[in-house]
Amino acid sequence: MGTHLLVDFGSTYTKLTAVDLEKETLIGVSKAMTTVNTDVIEGFDHALEKLKSAHADMPEIMQISACSSAAGGLKMAAIGLVEELTAEAAKRACLGAGALVNDVFSHHLSKKEIKTLKNSDIDIILLAGGTDGGNSECIIHNAKKLKEANLGVPIIVAGNKEAADTIDDLYHASNIEYYSVDNVMPKLKKLNVDDAKHIIRKIFIDKIIEGKGIKKAEQKTGEIIMPTPEAVLQASELLAKGFEDVEGFGDLMVIDIGGATTDVHTIGEGTPKRTEVILKGLQEPFAKRTVEGDLGMRYSANALVSIVSPFEFKQYYNTEKNIFNDNLKEHAQRLHDHVDYLPNCSEDEAFDEALARICTDFSVSRHVGSVEVVYTPLGNMYYQTGKDLTDVQYVIGTGGVLINHPDAKGILKEVEQKSNKKLELRPKHSQFLIDYEYIMSAMGLLAQKNPRLALKLLKRHLT
Amino acid sequence: MHTVVIGVIGADVHAVGNKIIEYVLREHNFNVVNIGVLSSQEDFINAAIETDADAMFVSSLYGHGEMDCKYMRENCEEAGLGNILLYVGGNIVVGKQDFKDVEQRFKKMGFNRVYPPGSDIEKACEDLLGDLRR
Repeated sequence: MGTHLLVDFGSTYTKLTAVDLEKETLIGVSKAMTTVNTDVIEGFDHALEKLKSAHADMPEIMQISACSSAAGGLKMAAIGLVEELTAEAAKRACLGAGALVNDVFSHHLSKKEIKTLKNSDIDIILLAGGTDGGNSECIIHNAKKLKEANLGVPIIVAGNKEAADTIDDLYHASNIEYYSVDNVMPKLKKLNVDDAKHIIRKIFIDKIIEGKGIKKAEQKTGEIIMPTPEAVLQASELLAKGFEDVEGFGDLMVIDIGGATTDVHTIGEGTPKRTEVILKGLQEPFAKRTVEGDLGMRYSANALVSIVSPFEFKQYYNTEKNIFNDNLKEHAQRLHDHVDYLPNCSEDEAFDEALARICTDFSVSRHVGSVEVVYTPLGNMYYQTGKDLTDVQYVIGTGGVLINHPDAKGILKEVEQKSNKKLELRPKHSQFLIDYEYIMSAMGLLAQKNPRLALKLLKRHLT
Repeated sequence: MHTVVIGVIGADVHAVGNKIIEYVLREHNFNVVNIGVLSSQEDFINAAIETDADAMFVSSLYGHGEMDCKYMRENCEEAGLGNILLYVGGNIVVGKQDFKDVEQRFKKMGFNRVYPPGSDIEKACEDLLGDLRR
């Protein structure tokens, strides 16, 4: 049976996870700096050496699967018609496929927006607009503008099917690389992102990783099958749903605090739990991912402290152990300039903990749904926008700061309902688990070939 | 096929009439986009933009319709829906008022057709077909 090696080419580290297929156990993990500027295989070999020397009895490697978020991951722009409808649907398709969505535009693209697209370093554009049989004028206008702009980036057309033929004619004779897929919102408020997600992954595998210099690794690792965030989402979904006769955990939330971003994944319908609640807005994806580009421990530390006042910051700072007398901006700048810094004194540890608490609290605020009271002649009714996550059973923490923090579960408590955020539908009574071995993305990869084993290992190692 | 966005505006939860309107319009081969009860002007407008609707049927039964419909035509114009047909019907004002006055007020607000309580939806369908032919 041998070993299945799971590889994650991250922006900083190349991480390896070895699974013994016969004994159905986790053999070990190792990491080395990602070497995307020279030859990405160097970093991989380095990590593999470490793994082999630590586990001399490791069975022969029979299979390798890899995911990647190196060289900035997958960056996308989403374009739609109405901001809250097709533009939002397009954005969710990108996020669900593991992309970072740098730009979201609605209605007719302006010259200024085209300029922004030209200047931002995006990999793929997702163009939506109109329900099937609905508005086709806007998407055709935007398709023309994108053709004129000639950005040299693949374009996925996922809007009104009646506009697809016109756009097909428009792009066919040109040198634009484009893909026509199902509408992301075929009916009003109905979300349909599977086809778009599928093609995003395909373009990522075929094209994007080549441009980023990661394709070379495929000689050794076999195909790189998805962006890392998608692997985490897949692992979360498997853990929630279970596999065949093996029961899953039910509705859950995963928080991944990284150096540059904080990702929140939730699995579950999140529909209203009471009859007097009316659901508003676009349908929510069962497996939902949001990414906060301004919430991170290192690279985004500057952005993070710019959204909280020093007073607010102190609310998250553990003043029992330390007195906060540091300059917030200067400290954040130091972290931003030294992305691989690990805290070595109690002040710095407390600062990092405060950052992690803010990442958790703010990212959850932006992810969960909320209610709003409507006073009607028949009594109070409530609008719900987004997912109701009050009954989420498990909250799982991953990412460097949570994995290494002695009181990671204390930090995760920030997801819970708060007196100053009463209208947010946050988890009420969840159990907290930490991904101490850092295996979430690896298990998402393993799940492609061996979901039963991936589920077993997730259940065993998330503690 | 013509598309009509229908819904109940404001903090109004009367769902039965809304379902009847949907049924009758479908029988007349309209593509119906029903945004349901408790819908704001914004919901109507966003739905009409995405679905490229020809008309909106705004229902109200709880008496606050006049308030809820204020500036709806202006908001449509602002959203690029200047030519959309706006129909409103139900118990759309406070108390018992002379319908002629009510109709005039709503027409002044930019509604193309105004229907008193107990109107037959069939009639509105006929009117709509006529207005669309124009």
